[in-house]
Amino acid sequence: MIPFVRSSSRNLLALLNQNYLYPSLLCSVSESPILVRYDGRWTGSLWSTPRFESTEAVRRVDQLYVHDNDDQELDFPGGKVPFTSEMRFIGESTIQKRVPCYRVIDEIGEITTSNNFTQLRKDEAIKMYKDMITLQTMDTIFYEAQRQGRISFYLTSSGEEAISVASAAALHPDDVALAQYREPGVLVWRGFTLQEFANQLFGNKDDYGKGRQMPIHYGSKQHNYFTISSPLGTQIPQAVGIAHSLKMDKQDACAVAYFGDGTTSEGDFHAGLNLAAVLGAPVIFICRNNGWAISTSVQEQFRSDGVVVKGQGYGIRSIRIDGNDALAIYSAVRKARSMAVAEKMPVLIEALTYRVGHHSTSDDSSKYRAVDEIEHWKMERNPVNRFAKWLTNNGWLSVEDEYKHKTTIKKQLLQAIQNAEKTEKPPLSELFNDVYDHLPSNLQEQEEVLRQTTKRYPQDYPSDVPL
Amino acid sequence: MVSILRRSPKLLSSICRRQFSASSDGNLTSHGGKSMNLYSAINQALHIALETDPRSYVFGEDVGFGGVFRCTTGLVDRYGKDRVFNTPLCEQGIVGFGIGLAAMGNRAIAEIQFADYIYPAFDQIVNEAAKFRYRSGNQFNCGGLTIRAPYGAVGHGGHYHSQSPEAFFCHVPGIKVVIPRSPYQAKGLLLSCIRDQNPVVFFEPKLLYRLAVEEVPEDDFMLPLSEAEVIREGSDITLVGWGAQLSVMEQACIDAEKDGISCELIDLRTLMPWDKETVEASVKKTGRLLISHEAPVTGGFGAEISASIVERCFLRLEAPVSRVCGLDTPFPLVFEPFYMPTKNKILDAIKATVKY
Ligand SMILES: Cc1ncc(C[n+]2csc(CCOP(=O)(O)OP(=O)(O)O)c2C)c(N)n1
Ligand SMILES: [Mg+2]
Repeated sequence: MIPFVRSSSRNLLALLNQNYLYPSLLCSVSESPILVRYDGRWTGSLWSTPRFESTEAVRRVDQLYVHDNDDQELDFPGGKVPFTSEMRFIGESTIQKRVPCYRVIDEIGEITTSNNFTQLRKDEAIKMYKDMITLQTMDTIFYEAQRQGRISFYLTSSGEEAISVASAAALHPDDVALAQYREPGVLVWRGFTLQEFANQLFGNKDDYGKGRQMPIHYGSKQHNYFTISSPLGTQIPQAVGIAHSLKMDKQDACAVAYFGDGTTSEGDFHAGLNLAAVLGAPVIFICRNNGWAISTSVQEQFRSDGVVVKGQGYGIRSIRIDGNDALAIYSAVRKARSMAVAEKMPVLIEALTYRVGHHSTSDDSSKYRAVDEIEHWKMERNPVNRFAKWLTNNGWLSVEDEYKHKTTIKKQLLQAIQNAEKTEKPPLSELFNDVYDHLPSNLQEQEEVLRQTTKRYPQDYPSDVPL
Repeated sequence: MVSILRRSPKLLSSICRRQFSASSDGNLTSHGGKSMNLYSAINQALHIALETDPRSYVFGEDVGFGGVFRCTTGLVDRYGKDRVFNTPLCEQGIVGFGIGLAAMGNRAIAEIQFADYIYPAFDQIVNEAAKFRYRSGNQFNCGGLTIRAPYGAVGHGGHYHSQSPEAFFCHVPGIKVVIPRSPYQAKGLLLSCIRDQNPVVFFEPKLLYRLAVEEVPEDDFMLPLSEAEVIREGSDITLVGWGAQLSVMEQACIDAEKDGISCELIDLRTLMPWDKETVEASVKKTGRLLISHEAPVTGGFGAEISASIVERCFLRLEAPVSRVCGLDTPFPLVFEPFYMPTKNKILDAIKATVKY
């Protein structure tokens, strides 16, 4: 046990000063239980007090940490802790009184707040809407292409179109995006073309990933969108490193990591959040809480009130938003971005939404969830329809324009698929390139042997890969 | 990324390219019992494990509804949510939890959804499970832990749904590594792993989940660990492999026979601790050795077999040991047919070794 000492004690002051004067005595609590590690700046700068913007958050904290009006305090590494004689456990969950969900547009397309959101310009709003429609059309057509066996795999953003598109709209193009896999809307917003999408899905020679990864693992340096990796959560601490670099380079930009509810159970999520808070990294964590991780529901995933409350545990400013309300997403990400960049701090956003489609083309979700639940989210809580209602209420949406957009995209997509399908695969040399910066001798040798084998047994090898 | 084996014409063509033999003339022999595929055999083993030991548990990501490869179908209904359950999405948690459960005298049967996703649990396996008994002077052990994970190429899995990570675990004293080649083997070996007094990593060839069908007795039976099996006798060269690769090797043996080369094919079954004696006896007879696996050749388990056999059989060898394995690259999507140790690569190596 560590014999804790009180700061009100004059002796301690003396002790601390002594320690300060004799740095050799400075040691960690574990090394010497009596001496408290101290660096001299003991007036509170070590205690990173969470700064809450919202008064609701402050109120909630006050409830959790009631203490006596006892002026005695424990001087603990990291900051003073008040004593209390009341034995009181912090509740295991706030689930009875859930953190509310920030919303701007209601189900009938009306604005619910007079000023607590960011106004969208008409052209921005229309682009957001069109990009969501593009995303939907892409999903329909690529999904169908997979069913026809033209591509090996696909995964839709159905029901979650607003999150990726509206968040991308609120970010700057310089902000570095690290997606999970259900956020191609960010790329759509940033101008990645339908042809570029199709090239990746078909793994042809124009795919930036050189046909090496499964479909949907997009990546584009030009669009500040790091290449997707299947292992879940790995992008989260990476985003913190990227953010730290942006900060050191004094860039007016942040990193943005997207991930699902299931992924918050991975160690990397916790590692990333903690690092970000400790380092003061300008990174936005956007969790798409869509209720499911393949067949595992959020009830089986965590017992906390979702994901938003976890931010506070790590000392991160956090907000829960309606992930099917494009304007709420836009406003919250806008605000989060300005805080992250200006104040050099991470922000966590939990967007509540629903995975309307199957997990992927390899999944049949009717095995584990109710059809009416899906229908409800697909129809009544559809994010694209809701945004359309608001646009219509503004008089910004023309049915004719929308129809024209849909048909153009559809045509372009079919053309893109045809082109991508016709385009040959990357040449065989690309099997060996990029393992390292330069080809080492073992790979040179393996390439030579393989080329001889392909000559002897051409029937063993796909004809669309140039040798 | 789930049930990767389902309905893709691309996949079918790639399997044809690998010339997989699911017929009974191959290494899938007749044992009596019901005809079933590999995932059903795994499922049956899990049913038996839960039925015969009330202190056994099955858990992992999405196992509740039957698992993404259907291996755990029907287990929750039969044995209840306390013994069969979904875990949060956290591999390090799954294995760490399994170690604790096993340390209390239970049979902890953990599923990692894909072998490619076992790495977050690497620390728990390598530093914890493997050393639990040794570091405590045998006061504690987690021998009841079995980690199941589907591994290997399927035709379109790319980097992260194709890997064969067995060599990493073979390098860790304290862990057993077992890989079955067929439904019958899968059932018998899995039951042995579950009941073994050591932590085991059990890699399941996911290519074969649906494809491989053979007769499997419905009763409770076990196949011995650390015993290789000679599945085809021959006199000119010994071939050693495991898992799905054996069917490719078998095809090469059949083709070599047409050229008058008699191949002996050995299924190692348990990679660690492995049955050196069976391989040694065979190589002493044939004078030649070829090893084949999907994992990259450098540092693969084939290197270990090669070194050990050269140590034991140096003067009996008539040719250098040959390895036909995956390339030293990440597992590539469109280049998969080039990456793979194909039948013809093996056939060439057999001929070269015999002619040496
Ligand atoms: C480390 C790791 N473990 C398991 C998987 C398999 N897997 C792919 S997606 C997925 C569910 C992810 O759920 P969530 O994070 O909620 O994202 P969503 O699919 O709902 O968008 C799982 C388990 C993986 N890709 N990586
Ligand atoms: Mg989810």
